[in-house]
Amino acid sequence: MRLDKLEKIKKFKAKTVNLPNEDIDTDQIIPARFLTLPSKEGIGECLFADWRIDNSGNINHDFILNKDESKGCEILVAGNNFGCGSSREHAPWALVDYGFKAIISTSFADIFKNNSLKNGLLPIVLSRNIHNWLLDNPGVNITIDLENTRVEFNNGDEHEFEIEPFSKYCLINGLDQLSFILNHEDDIRKYEGTL
Amino acid sequence: MAPKGKTLFEKVWEQHIVVPETKETPALIYIDLHLIHEVTTPQAFTLLRENNLKIRAPKKILATMDHSTPTVPIKSLKDLDIVAEKGPAQQIRDMIQNCKDFGIELYDFDSDRRGIVHVIGPELGATQPGRTMVCGDSHTSTHGAFGALAFGIGTTEVAHVLATQCLLQRKPKTLAVNLNGHLNKGVSAKDIILKVIGEIGVDGGTGHVIEYRGDTVSSLSLEQRMTICNMSIEAGAKAGMFAPDDATFEYLKDRPFSPKGKDWEKSIAQWSELKSDDNAVFDKELNIDVNLLEPMITFGTNPGMVMPINGKVPDHEGNVSFKQALNYMQVESGKPLLDHPIDVVFIGSCTNSRLSDLQDAATILKGRKVSESTRTLIVPGSQNVKKEAELLGLDKIFRNSGAEWRESGCSMCLGMNGDTVGKGQLAVSTSNRNFEGRQGVGSRTILASPKTAAASAITGTVQDPRKYEVR
Repeated sequence: MRLDKLEKIKKFKAKTVNLPNEDIDTDQIIPARFLTLPSKEGIGECLFADWRIDNSGNINHDFILNKDESKGCEILVAGNNFGCGSSREHAPWALVDYGFKAIISTSFADIFKNNSLKNGLLPIVLSRNIHNWLLDNPGVNITIDLENTRVEFNNGDEHEFEIEPFSKYCLINGLDQLSFILNHEDDIRKYEGTL
Repeated sequence: MAPKGKTLFEKVWEQHIVVPETKETPALIYIDLHLIHEVTTPQAFTLLRENNLKIRAPKKILATMDHSTPTVPIKSLKDLDIVAEKGPAQQIRDMIQNCKDFGIELYDFDSDRRGIVHVIGPELGATQPGRTMVCGDSHTSTHGAFGALAFGIGTTEVAHVLATQCLLQRKPKTLAVNLNGHLNKGVSAKDIILKVIGEIGVDGGTGHVIEYRGDTVSSLSLEQRMTICNMSIEAGAKAGMFAPDDATFEYLKDRPFSPKGKDWEKSIAQWSELKSDDNAVFDKELNIDVNLLEPMITFGTNPGMVMPINGKVPDHEGNVSFKQALNYMQVESGKPLLDHPIDVVFIGSCTNSRLSDLQDAATILKGRKVSESTRTLIVPGSQNVKKEAELLGLDKIFRNSGAEWRESGCSMCLGMNGDTVGKGQLAVSTSNRNFEGRQGVGSRTILASPKTAAASAITGTVQDPRKYEVR
């Protein structure tokens, strides 16, 4: 990844798909045996591997992401505390490589949230009411407006969400956080001088 | 009104601010020690290469291999392909190459210092009070047992720290967990942390740093404190911390990387200041009566689904996720797990693979046989733990009981190094996660202490260690 070539994320419209389970951990998002893959490309094939493929190695047609209606969905609506467990960044890499641009939940685990924001995957927290409405109405088209931090529904309803301001700034301008830290070289050297 | 005191966490945090936090930007925090291993670093090294960046402070990195490494003995790297699959073997070779290319000292296969990164940091004295420590591994919280601020990060942040020795961070909130009373016989530090997670849930600590306090603390060894801090992440917490005390200093004295001579005296003076002020205020508090604690076991598919060993699986009618967890585990609401048949016992992982954990297991297994129907795997946390255990003859106790005794590594905790629990098999495990398939595709996990795991190995069923500890 070249740090000067990041995509800018401002506003997009996409269809939702629901995975209402609570506490979906990063071992479900991508099991540990796939962590030896050397690159991020193609890692989406391993997304939810043990839910998409059953114990006998066959495709589990009951799993929502294997259904035709889920094709092309770019927003995942998931249960509370999504992304708990391991710090593996392979989790957001797999979600992004699979085609997801945003996850909507009522809360996210800290490390997963941080990792997602560094990979252009938006972790969006909405109130329980609105989250419930999305769970009751699968496959709706909604607009995520990152610049104005709001989600827009087709009926005209709009709901604001919170996102860490610096991450938002970096995402809408296509800036990398490492470049920002590198610009603080003088401050870092000054701090190291006190050690 | 008197000014508000500071918590231990706030003191360590403030000492590491390079650039203060504003509304627009997070704080830039200096990292004193970066732990790295083979699984969460390859893409970080790639990022450095692609952007022509160097490592800022190679001497502030502690590097080893633990996740992908086989635990069956190999004499040299040449034998790796015999025991490891292609993916893990390549990852191990890449780690060796990356460390060589970037000038990082690596505790390699033939090193006496190799082991699980969260076991070797403390035993080498690299983990010290007041330090900031990170690693591309969520169980970095372990090191908080020494009063360090230690937490897990992703691979992009691993690259940030490699290149700048700094991280962008928003200041987390604080949660005091007050532990009062004494551990009863047969009850362990593992049972304390399982109880805490059961009380606040797997997201109860999200956005918070936990400080463990109360009158129980002074009676807990550093190894017990590590077990507790280790699983703070399982409650969603950013980190867990204990204020350093005489036991901390005693543990660290004369370790390879501990300060020596005059520096030691100076360090003790500084470390002694690292405690929460009496008038410090925490954002949240939780009280645990340790006197009432029993051995704990999990029954579901996350560490918050936990109950006393003699308990009955609870009922949460209507909660779909809860019901799915019980289905996966093949357990029923209203029924106990005690005497339930098991297939595997695993004693190891960064949670419970230190010498005292192995001693706990050996006390119960001494002179007894493990059930023929139960595969029992005992994996020391480091090559040093292995050596110390063998000096005490623990390996003989384990082998005589019918258990397997291995080289150090993460092993069965996460099923990516050849050690796995089979499809549908049920394990009693001293590791930290009972997620679906965590220990291998289709595996089922009951988390417990080393004492409970050892007792269960004897009968091949879930057992209460209190029955076996005194003879």
